[in-house]
Amino acid sequence: MENRPLEYDYTVAKMFMLTTIVLGIVGMLVGVILAFQLAYPELNLVLGEGLAEYTNFSRLRPLHTDAVIFGFTLSGVFATWYYVGQRVLKVSMAESKLLMFLGKLHFWLYLVVVAAVVVSLLAGVTTSKEYAEFEWPIDIAVVVVWVIFGISMFGLIGIRREKSLYISVWYYIATFLGIAMLYLFNNMEIPTILGQSAAGESGIGAWYHSVSMYAGTNDALVQWWYGHNAVAFGFTVPIVAMIYYFLPKESGQAIYSYKLSLLSFWGLMFVYLWAGGHHLLYSTVPDWMQTMGSIFSVILILPSWGSAINMLLTMKGEWQQVAASPLIKFMVLGSTFYMFSTLEGPIQAIKSVNAIAHFTDWIVGHVHDGVLGWVGFMIMAALYHMAPRVFKREIYSKSLMAAQFWIQTVGVVLYFTSMWIAGITQGMMWRAHDEFGNLAYSFIDTVTVLHPYYAIRGIGGLLYLVGFLMFAYNIYKTMSARRVEESELQNASPMGA
Amino acid sequence: MDIAQLQAYGYFTLITILVIGLYSYIYHLYTKKKDADGVDYESYSNMALKDDIDDTPVAPISEDEVPVEGVKRNRRDI
Repeated sequence: MENRPLEYDYTVAKMFMLTTIVLGIVGMLVGVILAFQLAYPELNLVLGEGLAEYTNFSRLRPLHTDAVIFGFTLSGVFATWYYVGQRVLKVSMAESKLLMFLGKLHFWLYLVVVAAVVVSLLAGVTTSKEYAEFEWPIDIAVVVVWVIFGISMFGLIGIRREKSLYISVWYYIATFLGIAMLYLFNNMEIPTILGQSAAGESGIGAWYHSVSMYAGTNDALVQWWYGHNAVAFGFTVPIVAMIYYFLPKESGQAIYSYKLSLLSFWGLMFVYLWAGGHHLLYSTVPDWMQTMGSIFSVILILPSWGSAINMLLTMKGEWQQVAASPLIKFMVLGSTFYMFSTLEGPIQAIKSVNAIAHFTDWIVGHVHDGVLGWVGFMIMAALYHMAPRVFKREIYSKSLMAAQFWIQTVGVVLYFTSMWIAGITQGMMWRAHDEFGNLAYSFIDTVTVLHPYYAIRGIGGLLYLVGFLMFAYNIYKTMSARRVEESELQNASPMGA
Repeated sequence: MDIAQLQAYGYFTLITILVIGLYSYIYHLYTKKKDADGVDYESYSNMALKDDIDDTPVAPISEDEVPVEGVKRNRRDI
């Protein structure tokens, strides 16, 4: 034992890789069920009237969003942190018993919270705040898990051998700090049991129930400051961290411009936090705040494209790798989808466009081209890159990976194109009126017209889920594929036929 | 001056300072090209490309681990 050379320890990374895949399947499967429920409402009763409470759209919807955001994505963030963190800091988790313990504690407590979330959401226990549905006992547990993640992260940074922090580490730190701040402020809530009504009643409701500390418009403002920045610090910042490590590493190319990466980082931090107001256009929040939300959303194109272009230019002179490697394909398309959805978002945030887009399916389409095309592709690419290195085996099948890539790409395209058409149709129909100002259509007219697009969306989602199952199978088989030598792992990942 | 006006002036001032800070940072990055330790920013890409545990750090944190170009060292030897 004494003479064994020091190696990176991927125990915790492997644990989180498992939850990334399992929770990814859960989140996406529920998403597909929801999509088909919208197209075919009788599916709300798929398990019979008796179980309708658990299978209806409104009960399952938070399970989908939270499983994808806090399950699949966060697990991916943790898995990649416990892999990338060690490597770019040139320090092994095996060097510190404390960090190893904290890493494992992080994982097991995370799993307990996930179980509590699944049970409570299925039971219908929520605060009714979007993406912040968890009641106060779970919120406290979330904070504990997050603090352990922080100690674990800064602990590793504290014992590093590399003086400077690689750009990905900046983004991981920003993820930690950003989410900590957002989560704490948006989940300030008072258990109803401690409160007293105007009529003097006390001890109201179940012990776990709570109400927000903010009221009315203030609550909406804090909620969307949180909601939009959950996209920023959950779906953007850590995913940029991943691509800044995995794309250069897999392609063997240095980042096109390291300076641009630093600049885009500060640009993103500077601008993102102000953009959340665009969720409240034409609502009761002050007009100047709505305008500010719109303006900052448009400015946000600059830092977002700064990172995305930096990634695409990293492949300069090496584009043959995109054709040759499905792994690079995932990352390059992911980066392209990032550019695309960070252009689409600002367009939707312009007030006149928002007048048509708000509350329509176009918004749903926007979220999904970002999450399926950018977040999903990048996390899968990261796990594909990590798998041969953590298991010391080649990726089971390159052709399966290529097939998965195309199936999922078609899935994403079907998803967002159908939602574009559905959303704009919806927006136009809601606004249409005759010369006396009477609305031309009732709500059910729009539902009838949108049915084919809802069905296409369901098929798009199903294709993506099928691709994800292929990914899960490929990773599972990788664990028993051909063993590889250290020298094969320098850059391009080894892949079987 | 009421509180809303004060907030507006404060907000404007903050944004102006942040904009000046950001542009100064851009100017600094592209004119100096190197950080305070004299390391070219672009060479930090090697933190990802050469990330084996025995690869030489771009800028080692400890004085004992002075990098020698192209030489992999064994941590047990140090």
